[in-house]
Amino acid sequence: MIRIDAIIKPERVNVVLEAMSEAGCTGFTYSNVTGRGNQDGVEVFTGRGSSTQNRSSVPKVLVTVVTEKSNQKKVVDAIISAARTNEEGQIGDGKIFISEISEVIRVRTGESGEKAI
Amino acid sequence: MDTGHTAWMLTASALVFFMTPGLAFFYGGLVRAKSLVNTIMLSFITIGVVTVVWTLWGYSLAYGSGELIPSFIADFSLFGLNGVEMFSGEEDAISPLYDVLFQMMFAIITPALITGAFAERFKFSTYLIFTVIWITIVYAPVAHWVWGGGWIGADGAGALDFAGGTVIHINAGAAAVAAAILVGKRRNPGLQPNNVPYVILGASMLWFGWFGFNGGSALAADDYAVNAMLVTQIAAGTAATVWGIIGMITTGKISGVGVATGAVAGLVAITPAAGAVNPLGALAIGLGAGILCYYAVELIHKTNLDDALDVFAVHGIGGIWGCIATGIFAVESIAGVKGLIDGSFSQVWIQIYTAVGTLAYSFIVSFVILYVLDKIPGLGLRVDKNEEDQGLDLSAHGEQAVVNDGAN
Repeated sequence: MIRIDAIIKPERVNVVLEAMSEAGCTGFTYSNVTGRGNQDGVEVFTGRGSSTQNRSSVPKVLVTVVTEKSNQKKVVDAIISAARTNEEGQIGDGKIFISEISEVIRVRTGESGEKAI
Repeated sequence: MDTGHTAWMLTASALVFFMTPGLAFFYGGLVRAKSLVNTIMLSFITIGVVTVVWTLWGYSLAYGSGELIPSFIADFSLFGLNGVEMFSGEEDAISPLYDVLFQMMFAIITPALITGAFAERFKFSTYLIFTVIWITIVYAPVAHWVWGGGWIGADGAGALDFAGGTVIHINAGAAAVAAAILVGKRRNPGLQPNNVPYVILGASMLWFGWFGFNGGSALAADDYAVNAMLVTQIAAGTAATVWGIIGMITTGKISGVGVATGAVAGLVAITPAAGAVNPLGALAIGLGAGILCYYAVELIHKTNLDDALDVFAVHGIGGIWGCIATGIFAVESIAGVKGLIDGSFSQVWIQIYTAVGTLAYSFIVSFVILYVLDKIPGLGLRVDKNEEDQGLDLSAHGEQAVVNDGAN
């Protein structure tokens, strides 16, 4: 079993979640997060005159899903194609992290392993 | 000059002004958080744009001394308010400038009402141009029809429209349908309001301002103003209660957004009738508004029309009901004519055909204006799909309603 953490643009969240469902993810968790990539934030408009200010972090969405190892490529491909702003992709489109999960337990029944995903 | 009349009309003008920021919050609370600034700004910028248009030619086209087209539209005789006297003459109770000010506030809120139909997807720059054209060729003529000596009001058909049920609400409601059709459905029509307290705050500001809207439409501090304010309160309170109860019966819960919307529906419906009915008539109008607008909202949600914030269901249907109900519940001692309850059908008929005339004119002309704006290169009605997904706050204004992530 693997855990996929994808950091994506907030405006892509509906499209990404839909693509992940189609790729066989039955459930997921997502949250609004703030952070920065290699670009060190963005210039933001302050609204008073034309002044802008560097904002060292930007809002993102972190989507977390746990799935079977065999499903990895399908889900990752789905996330990549849905999260890209355009076909070539753009700076800020996000990042995906994958890690091994040693156990999954369903609280209601106490089942564990893949059938508990 | 009469200081009492002057004091009240100045107050009433400020009260009507306050409705547009109220509407901004009412609408703002109903959309999703990513377009909250945009929704508020659509109303707020209208205050600026319409003020300029009204000063230059809007007032003149509605209330000028001559008529470009008889019974239809006035002329440019008061262009730039040249010729509107500041000092009151012998027969004036108030400086003639008060009329410019008071009517300006009505002109401001009307296009702002339409913005609810195309919330979360309309191009801001196109809206500015739309407002200028719409005030000029839709609002000004319709105001002229009713209050400027045109075919609907006292000099024409004799329809009763005390405070603008046709001019403001039916007019905005019809334009809203045209706009919703042309701009199309939202990509992801979310229905869950981002801020219910804003909705209730906005509705309360509207309600408060409406005392100036209806109470000021007697254009004097007199007995009619007192009656207008009382019947306004009765209709709004009744419609809010009725809406809440219907909601409670059909869904088992009483919704804050629902009760606030019900209050607005009642206020819309009593608008034309505030100078014609007594307290019991107002109760009946509020009851009708609560029921009709509730089911109109339900019905329109089942269609393919994405009138995002129910402008037609509340202002259109509420306005039409109010207009007809004025003919039904008019009391001769107040209105000067007999209503259906006094056994005369003729006023109802006048109310019906003037409402239909306004509805048709506003729908057709608004449709044409928006259709043309959509085809002009560089304008267009709708933002592109990435901007819509991102939310209009960032894409149109470069701002966010609330930045609460603690970063800088």
